[in-house]
Amino acid sequence: MADGQQTPGAISIRHVSKIYDPEGVHVEAMRDCTFDIAAGEFAVIVGPSGCGKTTLLNAIAGFDNITAGEIYLDGELISSTRHQIKPNVDRMVVFQNGALFPWKTVLQNITYGPIVQGRMSKKEAVARAREMLDMVCLTGLEDKYPEELSSGVQRRVEILGALINEPRVVMLDEPFRGLDAVAKTVMHEFLMQLFCASPRTMFFITHDLDEAIFLGNKVVIMTTRPAQIKKIVTVDLPWPREHSIMNSKRYIDLKREVLDAVHEEAKKAFEAGEREMA
Amino acid sequence: MSVTVSESRNVVQRPTKSTPARLKILLKKVFNFRSLRGVVSILVFAALWQLVVYYKVPYLKNLPYPRDVAYDAGTAAITSDYWIHWGKSLMRIFIGFIAAQLIGIPIGLAMGISKTFKQFTFPLFEILRPIPPIAWIPLAILFWPTRELSIYFLVFIGAFYIQVINVIQGVSNISVNLKWAALSLGAKPRDIFWRILLPGSLPSIITGMTVGMGVAWNVLIAAEMIAAKGGLGRTTWEAYTNHNIPFIVVGMVSIGLAGSFCSVLVRWVGKKAMPWTKKF
Repeated sequence: MADGQQTPGAISIRHVSKIYDPEGVHVEAMRDCTFDIAAGEFAVIVGPSGCGKTTLLNAIAGFDNITAGEIYLDGELISSTRHQIKPNVDRMVVFQNGALFPWKTVLQNITYGPIVQGRMSKKEAVARAREMLDMVCLTGLEDKYPEELSSGVQRRVEILGALINEPRVVMLDEPFRGLDAVAKTVMHEFLMQLFCASPRTMFFITHDLDEAIFLGNKVVIMTTRPAQIKKIVTVDLPWPREHSIMNSKRYIDLKREVLDAVHEEAKKAFEAGEREMA
Repeated sequence: MSVTVSESRNVVQRPTKSTPARLKILLKKVFNFRSLRGVVSILVFAALWQLVVYYKVPYLKNLPYPRDVAYDAGTAAITSDYWIHWGKSLMRIFIGFIAAQLIGIPIGLAMGISKTFKQFTFPLFEILRPIPPIAWIPLAILFWPTRELSIYFLVFIGAFYIQVINVIQGVSNISVNLKWAALSLGAKPRDIFWRILLPGSLPSIITGMTVGMGVAWNVLIAAEMIAAKGGLGRTTWEAYTNHNIPFIVVGMVSIGLAGSFCSVLVRWVGKKAMPWTKKF
């Protein structure tokens, strides 16, 4: 899957550090993180709560600056200490708590990006949105407002709203948090279907190790704060994956490997007085 | 039977409904269980009132019977004078209230969006805000060339501060995620204002209108009693000076009805402006 030489979306994170409020409270969120995500790769970031995963996402998305290091997208510098570019359509974010516009219908939410960018006419955008809704069996919800939908459906709509922009990178910050186990499996298959239909670089933050291994090509495990790269596990399970794969020996071995690494960090976090664990 | 079936089919087919069908819908809207419950509570209230007067409950012995009030209300309702008072009060409310929205909403938005603007204006605003609108009556009378203008001004004061505070709150309640999401999607700063900040603060703006409308009526009636020529507050006060007790009550009930009419109007505006909010 991660072969795509032509598909853009390679992220390179070089010695990135981030300190919040360096003059005052001085919270070190990230320390010297270096890793690469190849174009078209599904990277999953796991680590203890509050360790700095979202900080990294915000830096890549262009919402926040970094205090050391550089971030490149397809060889182009997108963030450094001297240089912070703004959020851009080539890096779409699906937020932790959801960011659908409550005053827009499902269709208006999905088509907002392409229309506001002027990339599609309203008619084209609507046609494309309908096509996408069709593909994931969400037809009939076009004129509903987000509040009228379950959180699972809201998330799916939000993901479609990101994908319609055909970004180079899709970043998801614990998108399925708070969904029950049954809903999650549906969401995983939904995301897998979309990813296999048009692979693009994914940057996926989660606490759920099964989710991480089931979805990812690459699982990046971060340490407790300040976040450093603890371990990178390559998931060599074949695509597309079905839930039965969770019973395979390879899957179980991988999970053990990830779990061991995460558990070590969770223990450290616990000892450091952090109540929340991964 | 067959006639009604074909009729109803007509209704379905044609987008513009026939007058009898419309009337039917209207009647259904007015006479249903929900409104019936409201009527019941009003009737029970009137019955209690009747008992209170009948048994000469201490301190309330001057209260007129509901039927006297109803009679006075009936005689008043067929005079044009009575409706002119209604018109005067409503006019004052609308002018003051709308001016408060037109000036208050932009100021509130500006304070919510720009920290610099807020730092300049908010302290002054917070000193002026606690002054009750009624305390402005003397100055308003002195400075505005006409009584009507001073009453518009007082109503304006009543609705203005509340709206500004609500808009500031509304802007700050908008999730920063929505702004970031919009920026990621390619929105320009101008889009952020019109597509995010304005609709995002609308629920608070409507709350500001609802509360502001209540205060506006408070202020209006006080101002009318003290300073106005005509209006529902003034007639109530004049009934008092003439010792016409039933008509005092007529005036009060009229104020209540006029006020709830305005509340219904604000709620209707809110519903039209925010189709996405759930109806409870």
